[in-house]
Order: sequence, then structure tokens, then C-alpha cells
Amino acid sequence: MIPSALPRRAGVGFKPEHFADILAEPQTIGFFEVHAENYMGAGGPPHAQLGKLREDYALSIHGVGLSIGSMQPLDRDHLARLKTLCDRYRPESFSEHLAWSSHDGVFLNDLLPLPYTRETLDRVIEHVDQVQATLGRQMLLENPATYLLFAESTIEETDFLAEIARRTGCGLLLDVNNVFVAATNHNLDPRDYIARFPLEAVREIHLGGHSETIDDHGACLLIDSHDTPVKDPVWALYETVIGRLGPVASLVEWDNDLPAWPMLRAEAEAAQHILDRAAQQRAA
Amino acid sequence: MTMSAATQNAFAIGLFSTTPPPSSLTAWNGTALERRYSVYRNNIIASLTEALVSRFPAALNIVGPDFFRAMAQAFIRLHPPRSPLLLAYGDDFPDFVAGFEPARELAYLPDVMRLEVARGRAYHAEEAVPLEARTLADVEPHRLRTLIFKPHPSLSVISSPYPVATIWAMNSGGRPLAALDDWLGEDILVVRPRMTVEMSGLPPGGAAFFRHLAAGVNLAGAADAVQHAEARFDLSANLAILLRSGAFTAFSQGTSDENRHDA
Repeated sequence: MIPSALPRRAGVGFKPEHFADILAEPQTIGFFEVHAENYMGAGGPPHAQLGKLREDYALSIHGVGLSIGSMQPLDRDHLARLKTLCDRYRPESFSEHLAWSSHDGVFLNDLLPLPYTRETLDRVIEHVDQVQATLGRQMLLENPATYLLFAESTIEETDFLAEIARRTGCGLLLDVNNVFVAATNHNLDPRDYIARFPLEAVREIHLGGHSETIDDHGACLLIDSHDTPVKDPVWALYETVIGRLGPVASLVEWDNDLPAWPMLRAEAEAAQHILDRAAQQRAA
Repeated sequence: MTMSAATQNAFAIGLFSTTPPPSSLTAWNGTALERRYSVYRNNIIASLTEALVSRFPAALNIVGPDFFRAMAQAFIRLHPPRSPLLLAYGDDFPDFVAGFEPARELAYLPDVMRLEVARGRAYHAEEAVPLEARTLADVEPHRLRTLIFKPHPSLSVISSPYPVATIWAMNSGGRPLAALDDWLGEDILVVRPRMTVEMSGLPPGGAAFFRHLAAGVNLAGAADAVQHAEARFDLSANLAILLRSGAFTAFSQGTSDENRHDA
């Protein structure tokens, strides 16, 4: 099994809108991440761009459509497409979500939450095993941003992820923004979540923006919208994580209302600064 | 069904309805969950609508964002995607629009959208190097009749009783919006010979000619079939488009002068 091995540096989610700017000069970007499903056509400009990026940068392929958290079987055709993509680009890492997005053959195009029980745990483990066996590589599983909880859940999300990592050998993708969003939405302290999280399995971190609304009772409800700069409390949480974990591959995600390239690059530089400081402290 | 499977089933069914959120859900601060559950409902509709917006930019421009979104949402509810491959989602959206009552006055709209589907397919098609004109020059003249051409993977031919390519160009920044003096039908060849999707307007009979060739009919067979139906068919004009457009990648010598469909 090929291990997930991104450089322990800051990266950004690649958007075609930034391609010309990225190519215009060498970038101090540790890696680029792309959504797998955008590169499943047979050819054309998407592959030409990704092939060009791949020549100079490390790559993370991030799936958003495999529906690993579904109680129904994985879509074998989709898994085969992921294998084709990974074989073609040989990314340093492949990751997916602890969520589901397909049901009864319909693709729901969102990362939907699942109850955490012995039953769902066994099913997710089965799916992660199947993905890793098919791809011949270690995958990373990402903690979700959630807006609701399930009455039937009996396992803490952090324990759920720890058990999956322990039994499958997969790594974890710790989305710090998702931690902040979910903790706020469930009136929990995000630092407690981080304290319980199996940090030893983390191979990548995600940072992103969120937006704010209110729930039915007037309480703050955060939405994982990826359409703003990383917010201050998320940066603070990230510093805590890096302080404990040391440098780890860290991605800035920005998927909607895209900024100009220099602004996105500045976000990555801010993450790199925190990584550099952690490395210096460790060396001292 | 196990408990968790039933929970997911109820969650999924509720996403496309307006019923109260499933009873299996909770929140820390109370039992009213409408807004929380609506985040998922909204994400799905909004993200699928954006997927259609990105595939049909000219249609969006023609009808405006509010009308387009309403039309897209009606389509999404009836025809949600069956695959995570959203780059192919909406191939049947033009057919839906053709029967969408509020858009009935825009009779040309479905064909403009079919052109956008063809362009999208071409964009994502497999790479292939187009035939170079000079390779045909080496073919002995008497053998030209039986040549069979291999279509470029990105090739489509769109025929419409409306000036769809002109309307498309006016709504894609390609030419200024203006009233059309001649409201004539257009046949368009869509192909992506390299990195850019290109369109060529076809002269009379050209659409049928290219469709025959793409189906494996040899050159003489395709030309003869079209000449019977369209007196204005000009073979040399169409051959010029064949070579200039990059619509074919190779040719082979057919064994007889008969029409062939098995190439």
C-alpha cells in the first residue's frame, strides 16, 4: 500500500481560474489539491492543466463523491474511475470524507452526515478497506462539518475516526475549519475536540472559510461555505494543532466567490509561516 | 432495513420534500430543526444549480439568472443526477426545457442548449490529433471515392431550424447582441481539434454529409446520399471544411465503392 506522503508544507486548492497566474512564475506552494470528480473526463483542458501542474508540484487528489459513509454499497464504477485517476497522476495523497452523498442511485452532491454507531462504524471500515485495496494506496479520511446530530449515535466522532484509522491503517485529514464549524453548531468547545482527536494519524490539514447564520432557536449556525478567508478563531485552532503535531501538509480551500491568485497565495503563506515557526521551535 | 440504513433513507427522502425534518435528528438546543436540515436541502439544490449554470452559460444569459435557476430547479427535482460525474449532468436538460411550459415562447432555446451540450462534451473528450490535409494529397485520385474517415472523439453535428450558433455567439460575448434580419436555420460542426472547442457553420447538405462520414460511410457514398436530397450540396466546399476543422483523425481505404457502415 502506497502511503500518503504530502510535503509538510502549505498548499492550496487548485482552481482553473488561477492557472495562468500560477504558471507565470515559480510558486512557493508545497502542493496543489484538486477535486477528483473534476478530472474524470477523458481529456481536454482540465487534464492538460493538471498534467502541467504535476510537472512542478506535489499533488493531492481529494474525492467529493464516493459516499464512503453510506450504508449502501460503494459505486464500483466510481471507484474504478478514482483508480484510473490515481494511476494516471500518481498523487502524493488521496483523500475522501466521512460522509455520504449517494442514495438509491441518486447523487445528492453534498457531504451528508451519518449516525455514529457500531453498525455504521463497521460499514465505513469495510468501505475504507475496499477503497485502499482497490487503489493500492493509503487514503485519508476527513472529519465533516455538520449541522445536525442523530439521536441514535453512541460513539464520539473523534473515537469513531480513531477506530477507523486503527483498523484500516488509513490516515486522517483534519479539517480545522470543520472542527470549528461543527463544534459551534453543537455548542461544544473545539479545543476539546482537538484534545480528543487522534492526532498521530493526521497526514493533512484543511483550512477554509465559513459563513454565519442562525438556527431555529436563534443560536449561531456556521456554514462550511469555503467562500471567505480563513477566520481568526480557525487560525488560532490551527496554531494549537501545529504546536502539538509539528509541521504537517496544510491546505487552504477556497471554492466559491474565488479571490484573485495573490490573495489565495497570501492565505497559504500565512499557513506556511505558522508551519515554519513550529519547525523552528522544534529545532530549538 | 437496519436502523442506520432506515435513518439514511429518511434523511435522503426528506431532502427533496418540504416535510418536517426526520425524527431521528437532534440538536443541542431544542427540537426545531428546520433551518439546520435546510442547510443540506439548500446545498444540494444550489450546488446542482451551479453545475447546470456552468454547463449552460449562454442559456443563462438568454433567460436571465432568476428564470434559469427556476428552470434548473424544476429539472433537478425531476431528474437528479445518477452519477457523481457532474461534468455530464444535464445532457438531457435541453429536452426538459423543450417541454417546460414557461419557456415555450423561446422555441430556439433547447437547440442553443444542445449546442452547449455538444461543446461541453467536446471540451472533455479524449485527445486525438486531427488529420493533416497533406496526407490526403498522397491518395491516388481514383481511390478517394472509397475513403472512410475516423471521426475525432470530440465531434458533434448540431442541426436546428433556428440560427443557434449566431444566438449562442451573441450570448457568449462572441458577437454583439443585435436583431437578426435572416432568421434562418443553422447546421454546426462542433469539434475540439486541440485545446479549444471550435464551431464551423455548415453549408446546405453539410450536416447530413458529416453525419454519414462519422457513421463510417465512405466519401462517395456520403456525397451521393446527400446530393439526392439537397441540390445545393457542394462537395468541394464540404471537403474544405472537413480538412480545415479537424473533424477527422485518420482515413482508411474502403474495399468497395458501396456504402459502408461497419468501419
